[in-house]
Amino acid sequence: MPDLLAARSQMGVSLAFHIVFAVVGIAMPVMMVVAERRWQVTGHAIYLDLAKRWARGTAILFAVGAVSGTVLSFELGLLWPGFMRFAGSIIGMPFSLEGFAFFTEAIFLGVYLYGWDRISARAHLGAGVAVALSGAASGIFVVIANAWMNAPTGFQLVDGRAVNVDPVAAMASPAAFPQALHMTLAAYAATGLAVAGIHAFFLLKDPANAFHRRALEIALLVGAPAAVLQPISGDMAARHIARYQPLKLAAAEALFRTESGAPLSLGGWPDVARRETRFALEIPRGLSLLAFHDPNARVQGLDAAPQDEWPSVPAVHLSFQLMVALGTYMALVAVWAGWLAWRRTDLAHHRWLMRALALGTPTGFIAVEAGWMVTELGRQPWVIYGVLKTRDAVTPMPGLVVPFLTFTLLYCFLGVIVCWLLYRQILRSPDVPEWRGFYMPGRGKREKGSEAP
Amino acid sequence: MSLADVLAGVIFVALNAYTVLGGADFGGGVWDLFATGPRKQRQRDLVAEAIGPVWEANHVWLILAVVLLFTCFPPAFARLGTLLHIPLSLVLIGIVLRGSAFTFWRYGGTEDKELHHWGVTFAIASLITPLLLGTTVGAIASGALGEGGSGKGEGFYSIYVGPWLNPFTLSVGVFALVAFAFLAAVYLTLEAEDRELRADFRARALGTGVALFGAAVLALLLSARYAPRVRNGLIFAGWAVPLHAFTAVAAITALAALWRGAWRVARVVAAIQVSLILWGWGLSQYPYLLPPDVTIADAAAPAATLRLALGALALGAAVLLPSLAYLFRVFKKRPAALA
Repeated sequence: MPDLLAARSQMGVSLAFHIVFAVVGIAMPVMMVVAERRWQVTGHAIYLDLAKRWARGTAILFAVGAVSGTVLSFELGLLWPGFMRFAGSIIGMPFSLEGFAFFTEAIFLGVYLYGWDRISARAHLGAGVAVALSGAASGIFVVIANAWMNAPTGFQLVDGRAVNVDPVAAMASPAAFPQALHMTLAAYAATGLAVAGIHAFFLLKDPANAFHRRALEIALLVGAPAAVLQPISGDMAARHIARYQPLKLAAAEALFRTESGAPLSLGGWPDVARRETRFALEIPRGLSLLAFHDPNARVQGLDAAPQDEWPSVPAVHLSFQLMVALGTYMALVAVWAGWLAWRRTDLAHHRWLMRALALGTPTGFIAVEAGWMVTELGRQPWVIYGVLKTRDAVTPMPGLVVPFLTFTLLYCFLGVIVCWLLYRQILRSPDVPEWRGFYMPGRGKREKGSEAP
Repeated sequence: MSLADVLAGVIFVALNAYTVLGGADFGGGVWDLFATGPRKQRQRDLVAEAIGPVWEANHVWLILAVVLLFTCFPPAFARLGTLLHIPLSLVLIGIVLRGSAFTFWRYGGTEDKELHHWGVTFAIASLITPLLLGTTVGAIASGALGEGGSGKGEGFYSIYVGPWLNPFTLSVGVFALVAFAFLAAVYLTLEAEDRELRADFRARALGTGVALFGAAVLALLLSARYAPRVRNGLIFAGWAVPLHAFTAVAAITALAALWRGAWRVARVVAAIQVSLILWGWGLSQYPYLLPPDVTIADAAAPAATLRLALGALALGAAVLLPSLAYLFRVFKKRPAALA
């Protein structure tokens, strides 16, 4: 395995592993806080149980997220010293801010997890809110750093060196807002719908189970609105890359030739040798319409750049299609659930909705991974778009396949254990007979004392 | 003193905090590994209780130091990442295993056998990580990592292994391990709620306190050959004598306080003692970030970045310091003191 490929693979595995924990770390504290607040308002222990379970889940996932994030911050130097030498002074700022946000999150998570009996109810809820807010903030800062790699600003390039460095302008990269919005919504949608899906699965077998019903409610409350909004932010992100990273869009859409009124290819296999996309369903003018909101707009194809500057078109195209398809599914299911709730249907007894939710459990996470594939693979061969090639940033150390395999094994091992722990700690429904009485058949969301605070 | 010096100082403060807080958490793991006697289980429980609420926050000092290093001194970070790839990767594996094992152990199953595995993983990772961390510090101090350092030779071994693997760097690793264990034992005397448990950790603190002196002497002897700049700084610089005097006073006070049962005093003085030793290292290689030739000024980012970093630090401190104070007030106040 060539060293460059090994380094990219190690970074890819580290990011793919960490992003799962980062995403849950952003959204799960929100669910935990909602559950605790409901407990404080209704006084029903089922919400306390939920809050404690989600807090345990957050603790497990946050710990793994914290250490895998530490790995990433070191790997920037261990694998990409050339990148850090060039970019450290320009985009170190969002990383430093992320450090502070993460610090705040760690402090208040400690207070939250261990402070149930030590501080007042109000202070405890406040600590939970601080965890949720700082979690979202640290995610946003890291995405801002990534956005700069996609649309670098805030410096001038003179003889291969960055001069007139302006870290504030670097943080205000045009990619920053669309990317940060898309990723933050993704975190809530993926986590909320995954948790909802798991509880929907249990409700299929036991629709009267009060524990799973309450969990489903709160998870949908957090996940469904984000899933509905996500296509809108996706549209913003796509229009951004159409303007600033046309090659990434061309690869994502498998558009080989620059054309006006470009069609949208659904599915299909991009045949790079023949420079055409085969077996795709084409919607005339669809891409021009989506990318520029103008059916006749001219969309740049891959032919605008020499082929050695193309990303891997099949990988980017398939990832993009996968992300869009899964995102669409999630948005539709969320709208459906919202509609049924509006009609005051008892969701837990709606078997088709429960099936659709259960089926959608992993979709958000797969979509997140696929979306990052598009962002990162779509930028290749550049690590900083148009400025620094990935191959010029890699460490000179040989034998990188060894750390790649080591960290991959470590992460596989941890992944299995985390899944097992989560199952045991959060999902198994509690065995408290009197909680069954908390559920009144047919009224679903409307029963007394369970309205949102 | 330049802006870059100030930021280098701030990074050193973060490292200092990581040493006296995060270091003690590693030390706790060491005492978990070496839990002995009739109160074995209670010793382990005390360690877990003491570390639980604070270890995540303590760990972030390291991340803060790293991100500030790559923001303010990118070339130095790139050099460290390249030449110390192997030990830093091993440190990372240790950090990953320590953190996740501790969490799995606390939130894990109910079966003793499974818990035992996590406990052992946590303890062993706590033992190895400080050794390697100390080794990387030794590599920097020895002057192997600068442009003209000994890491300039030919071949894989002399570039990627030689600079951090020699008797001196290993002695610094041992020193770090003993220092962390010492800090943990001293802190745990204050955390312990009953007399017997406290006596256990008092004995451990006194033992490691003496061992720390031995480890320091060993590292100093080896530095004559492997890290002459640090050694000369530590012996001949103008600040050397007062620094050593203060360190000695702190060390003796710590041991005396332990002997007499002044646990609170011992905690403060032990932390000061270890901090002074750390600052001795820092001062001895000033103004070099990576001796023998990369200075703080050489490696510094442009002034615009440094100014902003300082601003971000002020802002961050305004949020962090009250939060941290709150965390420690909630969890590190002894029940006796509350009553």
